[in-house]
Amino acid sequence: MRINCPFCGPRENGEFTYLGDAKPVRPEGGAGEEAFYDYVYLRDNVAGEMSEWWYHGGGCRSWLKAVRNTVTHEFLSVEAAPGAGGKAVQK
Amino acid sequence: MSSHRTASGGLIDRGHSLRFSFDGESMTGQAGDTLASALIANGVKLVGRSFKYHRPRGIFTAGSEEPNALVELRSGGRREPNTRATTIELFDGLEATSQNRWPSLKHDFLSINQLASPIFVAGFYYKTFMWPAKLWESFYEPMIRRAAGLGRAAETADPDHYEKAWAHCDVVIAGSGPAGLTAALAAGRAGARVILCEEDFVLGGRLNADGGEIDGKPAREWVAAAEAELRGMPDVRIMTRTTLTGVFDGGVYSALERVNDHVAVPPEHQPRQRLWRIVAKRAVVAAGALERPIAFSGNDTPGVMLASAVRTYVNRFAALPAKRLVLFTNNDDGWKTVDAVLSAGGQVAAVVDARPAVSDAHRALAGKGQFAILHGGIVDVSGGAGGVRRVKAALTGGAVAEVEADGVAVSGGWNPAVGLTSYHRGRPAWREDIAAFVPGALPPGMIVAGSANGAFSLGACLREGFAAGSQAAADAGHGAAAGNVPAAADEPYSLAPMWHVKGKHKAFVDFQNDVTVSDVALAQREGFESVEHLKRYTTLGMATDQGKTSNVVGLAVMAELTGKGIAETGTTIYRPPYVPTAIGALAGHHRDENFHSVRLPHSHHWAEEQGAVFVDTGLWKRAQWYPKKGEKDWLESVTREVKAVRSGVGFCDVSTLGKIDVRGPDAGAFLDRVYINTFSTLGVGKARYGIMLREDGIVYDDGTTSRLAEDHYFLTTTTAKAGLVMQHLEFCRQVLFPELDVQLATVTDQWAQFSIAGPKTRDLLRELVDPSEDLSNEGFPFMAAREVLLRGGLKARLFRISFSGEMAFEISVPGRYGDAMARNLMIAGKAFGVTPYGTEALGVMRIEKGHVAGPELNGTTTAGDLGLGKMMSTKKDYIGRAMAGREALVAPDRQVVVGVKPVDKGRRLRSGAHLLPKDASPSPQTDQGYVTSVCYSPMLEQWIGLGLVARGRERHGEIVTAYDPLRSETYEVELCDNVFYDPEGGRQRG
Repeated sequence: MRINCPFCGPRENGEFTYLGDAKPVRPEGGAGEEAFYDYVYLRDNVAGEMSEWWYHGGGCRSWLKAVRNTVTHEFLSVEAAPGAGGKAVQK
Repeated sequence: MSSHRTASGGLIDRGHSLRFSFDGESMTGQAGDTLASALIANGVKLVGRSFKYHRPRGIFTAGSEEPNALVELRSGGRREPNTRATTIELFDGLEATSQNRWPSLKHDFLSINQLASPIFVAGFYYKTFMWPAKLWESFYEPMIRRAAGLGRAAETADPDHYEKAWAHCDVVIAGSGPAGLTAALAAGRAGARVILCEEDFVLGGRLNADGGEIDGKPAREWVAAAEAELRGMPDVRIMTRTTLTGVFDGGVYSALERVNDHVAVPPEHQPRQRLWRIVAKRAVVAAGALERPIAFSGNDTPGVMLASAVRTYVNRFAALPAKRLVLFTNNDDGWKTVDAVLSAGGQVAAVVDARPAVSDAHRALAGKGQFAILHGGIVDVSGGAGGVRRVKAALTGGAVAEVEADGVAVSGGWNPAVGLTSYHRGRPAWREDIAAFVPGALPPGMIVAGSANGAFSLGACLREGFAAGSQAAADAGHGAAAGNVPAAADEPYSLAPMWHVKGKHKAFVDFQNDVTVSDVALAQREGFESVEHLKRYTTLGMATDQGKTSNVVGLAVMAELTGKGIAETGTTIYRPPYVPTAIGALAGHHRDENFHSVRLPHSHHWAEEQGAVFVDTGLWKRAQWYPKKGEKDWLESVTREVKAVRSGVGFCDVSTLGKIDVRGPDAGAFLDRVYINTFSTLGVGKARYGIMLREDGIVYDDGTTSRLAEDHYFLTTTTAKAGLVMQHLEFCRQVLFPELDVQLATVTDQWAQFSIAGPKTRDLLRELVDPSEDLSNEGFPFMAAREVLLRGGLKARLFRISFSGEMAFEISVPGRYGDAMARNLMIAGKAFGVTPYGTEALGVMRIEKGHVAGPELNGTTTAGDLGLGKMMSTKKDYIGRAMAGREALVAPDRQVVVGVKPVDKGRRLRSGAHLLPKDASPSPQTDQGYVTSVCYSPMLEQWIGLGLVARGRERHGEIVTAYDPLRSETYEVELCDNVFYDPEGGRQRG
């Protein structure tokens, strides 16, 4: 499997670490237990296109948001996490 | 020349003889032979015994699909079992031994299994060895393993080495037959970067065996011209002895290169085999087709061989498998064998053709060769271990004919080699006109050409190959291919499907796993009709040959029995690797000391000189203790080290802790969000202990973080979690909090760090640090951290932190000074009796001080469990805060950290012992926790420990029962405060 890192180009998947579903968004601090429970534990079991977090630990150390088809393993897009570019971004 | 070698012809080098031995008997072959062809040339028919029935077997094919002729190759540490004689390139001094027989190949004791064969049918093991179950391990399994076997693995380590390598190209091509070669020519001429993989040691595929004419030239001349043209192209790489074995996601292919399997011992610095990962934009599979047999009674008798294999041995290797041959065919292609045998001076006893009629040309051939054409099928072959003697055929009209012969060539048609095409679960599709499965849905980027695609004529192979090569090059961004498609005839195939002939004796479908037609019938009677059930119940196709010659015949027999068509019956699919691959090739250099990379602290070589004992901590090697002459065991050394630190001064390399630089205007705000406690308020020049949680509220890691400047923190992690914490912090920075202006850098290897501890620490440091630096308690108080100047001008970082509970500093110098620092600590500390200490003494002192470490930060404990709940800020959001407040994580009966000490002061404690109420009998209901860490405390002169116990903090002074089921020990311990030594902490502040 090859992942096209926006900084390093297509690289072997052994350089990357998989985290999982990129859809859940961390709630604001005061959001309470239930919102955090959803964020920490609840995941869709997707057969098809899914956005995922991948970490290029064996390369540029960027976190990447990839859209991958979980059935065919095809990567449809790979983009850098908002803070991967090196500058603070407006939230 | 040997008895079965023809007088001329073939691709062997008659001037270059090679000596080899089979079962200890010396023989001679020629360069260009395989072991199989050399054995045939020497008249050897019997080469092995079958897996289950120990039936005598001979060579059946001429390629990697061989199910029978498996031998042990070489000897000693290089002994390689189950090697196919048909793929072993002959070399001088080759040693091969037959396998699965005792005492000898000709007289195999376990061939009596054949007599018991009515009970060794499909499902035999499932049905028979069910009861009593306890006999499995002691009796059934060892017995079955001895009786049903293949070769023996080497008993010593393989002395050779193996490599793994990457290659990148536009087009990778599997196979160099007519389709593969034209594909390579087309793609190469278009300017594509091409890798051509050929399993064999010569290019040409079937052209080497079948000849023919291409562009009016003999095929071998055309192959030579094509090879010369390809070798002249700088971007075309030809890899012979290389099998494309796998197709993976994203255009990654695996290939096994047998670099030095064709020599006795690889030349120095060269691997035996190399496993390639090839990244290609496009792949052309021109892997050819595999001939399939027809099952008939006695079809496994040595001397029965695929018709195409007979041609290969005769035409390419100049070796006659039989002097008087019977051909059994259901198609025109099989008839080519007649031509080959007659041309080489052999006799044809008869041709048994399953079709009702043959062409005029074939009838003319029969006249020339003076043999009969019998329309029907072979019903029996007799001969046994000595090889084929008589062949009996049932004719269409009902008559039976018997002929004497010493070999049978059989052709049931051809199956495209669909293996590589189905590795992404694309199911092969049935094509009625050629009665064969052809590739179905292909993996992305793959094109199939030639007979692998069901195009069996030479002309079609050349056309499809050229088109595939042009297409692949164009898809990869190159222009059109120059030149014309080479032309050749489209010879007829005209096949009448036939899968098996009824007879009295065993008719084998899967030779390697001893599966017969009647086994398939039994599976059908017992309800195992689906191809997936058929496979698992009978083991059809489950041997190392993956059923290359047997699967289609087996499922066709099943289709006939159920009355469903073959298309509806379907086929099982294949998995990589396409050919058996040695574990050594998969491991490459990753074995022994190179199994994983090793990290060495900068003081490692110095520690080696000191005679340190090392312990593996993740990838690191750390000094565990430093034995001195006369010390009888580790405990004596460790106890000395602890006492030396607590009474004088010692030092320990702590460079393995993860070190992360955190910089930027928002560095403090960032750390506030990842630690449970607050760092934005930490003064410059100060250090603070911090705890990180996972988002689910459980403790993740701990360590000391210092503020070196307003916008610069230096964070440390545990040794074990260094990489994971870096990854976690990057996630926080890049994904969760991108609005913070902060940057991270891992600096673990950039700094060599030593803990210097003990009451004489300052005395030692003053020898090293420039006199202008104030190291007094006022000038450098507990938890201060700042840069200092060393004598000689080097700048170092000094942290007044203590893990041992003693007056201690940690000193950090650039990595390249780490070795010098260790040596200078020894010199500067000599007057104070400085003692280097290892991780054991470090551990002892932390238990004496009740500090938590890995065994307590075990992925189930909260900050509260560790007695650190007060550090959890209530004034800010941080990772894990919300979930840490969940009811069960703050319940009063949680297991929390306590100290434990034995009631009998002389007793040794063991970690892992469970703790129960006093005198309770052990059970999951009475279990209240366990001992996590233990040590012998030189200060208390007894064993002490830490544990996690329900409501532990309320129970100090209570006697409980420790139960150690692993060591069958039960004893009493007292729960106590976890700080055993200097509970007021005066020593570290003084």
